[in-house]
Amino acid sequence: MDFAASFALVLPELVLTGAGLALLLVAAWGGDKAARMVAIAAAAALFAAGILIVPGLHLGTDGPASLAFGGLLKVDSYALFAKALIYLAAIAALVIAPSFFASPAAGTERGMRAEYPVLILFSSVGMGLMVSANDFMSLYLGLELTSLSSYVLAAILRRDTRSGEAGLKYFVLGALASGILLYGISLLYGFTGGTAFEAVRAGLTGQMGTGALFGVIFVLSGLAFKISAVPFHMWTPDVYEGAPTPVTAFFATAPKVAAVGLTARVVFEVFGGQVGAWQQIVMFMALASIVFGALGAIGQENLKRLLAYSSINNIGFILLGLAVANADGASAMLVYLFIYVAMSIGCFAALLMLRDEEGNLYETFTDIRGLSVTRPAIAWALLIFMFSLAGIPPLLGFYAKFVIFQATIEAGLVAFGAIAIAASVIGAFYYIKFVKVMFFDEPVGVVTGKSEASHWTLLFLTAAIVSPLGYLLTPSLTDLADRAAASLFLAV
Amino acid sequence: MLIQAIAFYFFAAIVIASAVMVVMARNPVHSVLWLILAFFNAAGLMVLLGAEFIAMLLVIVYVGAVAVLFLFVVMMLDIDFAAMRAGFSRNAPLGLLIAAVLLAELLLGFGAYNAGGLTLGTPDGTAMQAADTSNIEALGALLYGRYIILFEIAGIILLVAMIGAIVLTFQPPKPGARARQDVGKQIRRRPEEATVMKSPEVGQGIEL
Repeated sequence: MDFAASFALVLPELVLTGAGLALLLVAAWGGDKAARMVAIAAAAALFAAGILIVPGLHLGTDGPASLAFGGLLKVDSYALFAKALIYLAAIAALVIAPSFFASPAAGTERGMRAEYPVLILFSSVGMGLMVSANDFMSLYLGLELTSLSSYVLAAILRRDTRSGEAGLKYFVLGALASGILLYGISLLYGFTGGTAFEAVRAGLTGQMGTGALFGVIFVLSGLAFKISAVPFHMWTPDVYEGAPTPVTAFFATAPKVAAVGLTARVVFEVFGGQVGAWQQIVMFMALASIVFGALGAIGQENLKRLLAYSSINNIGFILLGLAVANADGASAMLVYLFIYVAMSIGCFAALLMLRDEEGNLYETFTDIRGLSVTRPAIAWALLIFMFSLAGIPPLLGFYAKFVIFQATIEAGLVAFGAIAIAASVIGAFYYIKFVKVMFFDEPVGVVTGKSEASHWTLLFLTAAIVSPLGYLLTPSLTDLADRAAASLFLAV
Repeated sequence: MLIQAIAFYFFAAIVIASAVMVVMARNPVHSVLWLILAFFNAAGLMVLLGAEFIAMLLVIVYVGAVAVLFLFVVMMLDIDFAAMRAGFSRNAPLGLLIAAVLLAELLLGFGAYNAGGLTLGTPDGTAMQAADTSNIEALGALLYGRYIILFEIAGIILLVAMIGAIVLTFQPPKPGARARQDVGKQIRRRPEEATVMKSPEVGQGIEL
């Protein structure tokens, strides 16, 4: 094993870990006064890590050259694509945080904790490992590093009971899911005699035994919890509602990308020889997520809960691309992920800019009545995101759904595609209700609070990506996604 | 062979005897001390098997940390052990049932093992122990060689757990209310400054 080559492949993780450790010291000595500086430095570290993966992303790294540490990690084009998305989402979560924590919305505990950026950094390290895992041991350790940071982030407003509740709920259910996943891994290890992905794949050929099938199902269930796919979605609305809004924005984007990336790698590279065993399961989860996400959101009054159901609904579409079980589907899934992350960051950045005169966050439908009169710019941005989430052309959300349906129908799964299209029409109801409340209801209350330039920048950038201008991006995005998806199928 | 057999029966007999004493001892502190004796002898058994790493782990982790923790708990907390033991005869059938289940599982396991075990480990055999290394060396070579990245990630996970515990529970001291210890000032203090000599009349009492 060549250590120098291996360490060169995990250089982004090394940079992030080093930065995390150094900033932890700054946080320990500087206290919460240094939080802003720590956040900026953390964002810079994420940016540097992002720069480091650009050459690999551009040239494409595949085959034996992408294996690090004797095959424990696989830093191929697919992993790099996912990492780029994860780092971008993590930077966004850092940019929107300081002004939220400084406002009365953060409860009695004014000001950002200096550990918040450090935890985001360590979480990003874990997510990078998740998407480049090539062995069940590295998979599990990456997942735990991410989850553990997430539990603390959810509860970081410790004097706020809702935040504490969210943290505890996430922790207990996450631990349960980890247990299920670990049990599945141990079953697979027992029945195939290895933890490396190739070893398990080689052990799963031919007629699969009941024990190994149980292993496959348990592993898929554990992963489904992490991506909050139905029927393992119950925690999502509560955690999204209770967690501080920047943390919710983080949960809805980066860990989702990592968990989806991990799931895709596991189903293609480990269970790739047994498509029949997992395709039905993933297809069921996809359709159930689309339908439940659409129906569950209808009665919601709280906007964060609404976005939680919306994320369940979107995960359904992403899984639909996965269930197609070919390179086209995987590529469509990656394109959808990118657009989903842009839309989610935009929605949450806009939500964070809505405050009453005391600085409390607006979180319910009642609060945003007539927003088009009081804050027209934010209202129009939200209109773009909502129409895009609903999949209305010419916004980019339509393109995302279009590539997924195209892959589904080309694979001959017409009936499933039809169900998904029908359910997305139901889902359009609450997105359009959002727009209706903003534009046609009488304004109530005063929306004030000056928003920071960083929020405006983020809002403007994401709105530009989601708007028809985003179609300029699609050729290069499709190109990258195709290459990333192809590297998933190299092992097949 | 004879020496090995003698050593085995010696260690095994002490393990069983001290295990019995853990349950039977009236004083909970004595129970913990018997437990430590049992751990030490179990470590001896491991050495006989050639698993010296596990033997050291037993002594360091179980005797050094876990048993001392037990001792602290037993001595610090006011637990009425007599009351806990009162239900022994009532719960005995349940205990016996669990013991029977465990025994059955052990027998089943041995049966399956005799039928032919699975070959575990890395398929290319790179994780195999080299013939001439001690198992400490082999474990070290794996942990710090092949699995170095996983070992380091595990370390970071523990660090994150520690950060989490501190972030969620640490109460910063209120400004002004902080009791600062100035070691230099404490050392510079002389008896003449700190104490006052008084010679009160009989029956006058003391001055505070």
